[in-house]
Amino acid sequence: MIEYIPFIAVVCMIFIGLYAAMFRRNLIKIVIGITIIESGVNLFLIILGYREGGIAPIYTSLPPGTTYPDQMVLPVPQALTLTSIVIGVAVLALMLSLVMHIYKKYGTLDVQKIRRLKE
Amino acid sequence: MEQRTIAATLAFTIVAVFFLFSIFFLHPFGQPEQVQMDTYIIENTQNETGTNNGVTSVVFDYRGFDTLGEATILFSAVAGVIMIFRRVKE
Amino acid sequence: MTEMTKIVKTIANILFPFTVIFGLYVIAHGHLTPGGGFQGGAVVASGCALLLVAYGSHWVMKHIKEKRLAAFESMGAIGFITVALLGIVFSTVFFGNFLTGSGLLFGTTPETGSTLADFNTGGVLPLMNFAVGIKVIAGLFVIILVMAYASSTKEWG
Repeated sequence: MIEYIPFIAVVCMIFIGLYAAMFRRNLIKIVIGITIIESGVNLFLIILGYREGGIAPIYTSLPPGTTYPDQMVLPVPQALTLTSIVIGVAVLALMLSLVMHIYKKYGTLDVQKIRRLKE
Repeated sequence: MEQRTIAATLAFTIVAVFFLFSIFFLHPFGQPEQVQMDTYIIENTQNETGTNNGVTSVVFDYRGFDTLGEATILFSAVAGVIMIFRRVKE
Repeated sequence: MTEMTKIVKTIANILFPFTVIFGLYVIAHGHLTPGGGFQGGAVVASGCALLLVAYGSHWVMKHIKEKRLAAFESMGAIGFITVALLGIVFSTVFFGNFLTGSGLLFGTTPETGSTLADFNTGGVLPLMNFAVGIKVIAGLFVIILVMAYASSTKEWG
């Protein structure tokens, strides 16, 4: 049970983000909830590639007395997480631009008042 | 409003229960199971690519096509933001 | 966004060159230490955001128009694609590493095991690091500048 604690932390993070995206009315709070879900998924990708007592997979000045392919952490999940973080930044920039445009046109940020298309 | 809140809460708790019960089918934290690809990459990085960094060689040499897709996404995000805040001159 | 007082401007003038030098160090040594193109680009973009907060977005927009920054970003993307297409010419695969083993620019191969850092290694990877670093710096700076300028004027769009 004590070796599943990081996975339970990831599930709690996804649930806090899902609660903020489903049950709140302000548009900025919905955007923050989507960002928290994104951070939880990135954390899950990094957790999958950990080895116990591991060292970073870099050969410059290793600490003396380490055997290389047994004690190094897996490098492929870290490369996929880099791409996922940049995709999160791009989606956040476009979401905030659209929220600014909606506020300029409607004058309010309440989701239940922005329901009909205005001319 | 009452019916929608009850339906949303029910869906939320069902998804929560499914997530919490599927944690215990994964491998324990710290002992990954399928490591053949990563062992090959760690052993042959210095011969084939010529760098000391394992993560950079995966990002730019063994999986460079994903980095090309990511550069395209950054470019399209910047193009979209500039297009939304365009100033129309008379 | 309006400008800030003289104390904030002086501290931003002192801190900005150190941040840019540290970010360029992280980009350039991407094949020896942890770092690379994306991480170093984020560091330099945060230094540029400090400058934007201290001097106000009207002053920065008057001196740096966003068309020049967008052209700067496109140069980084063209450099990345050119280095990838040169792999077809010299080594018959897309994204092929044609500079390791030969003695041209970044050509020596390190010994196996734990070595000291040698900057001359790496093959085609440091060139791709610079191209992606320029792209990330220009892209993040344009996004912050356009959004800060558009939220302070009265009429746009």
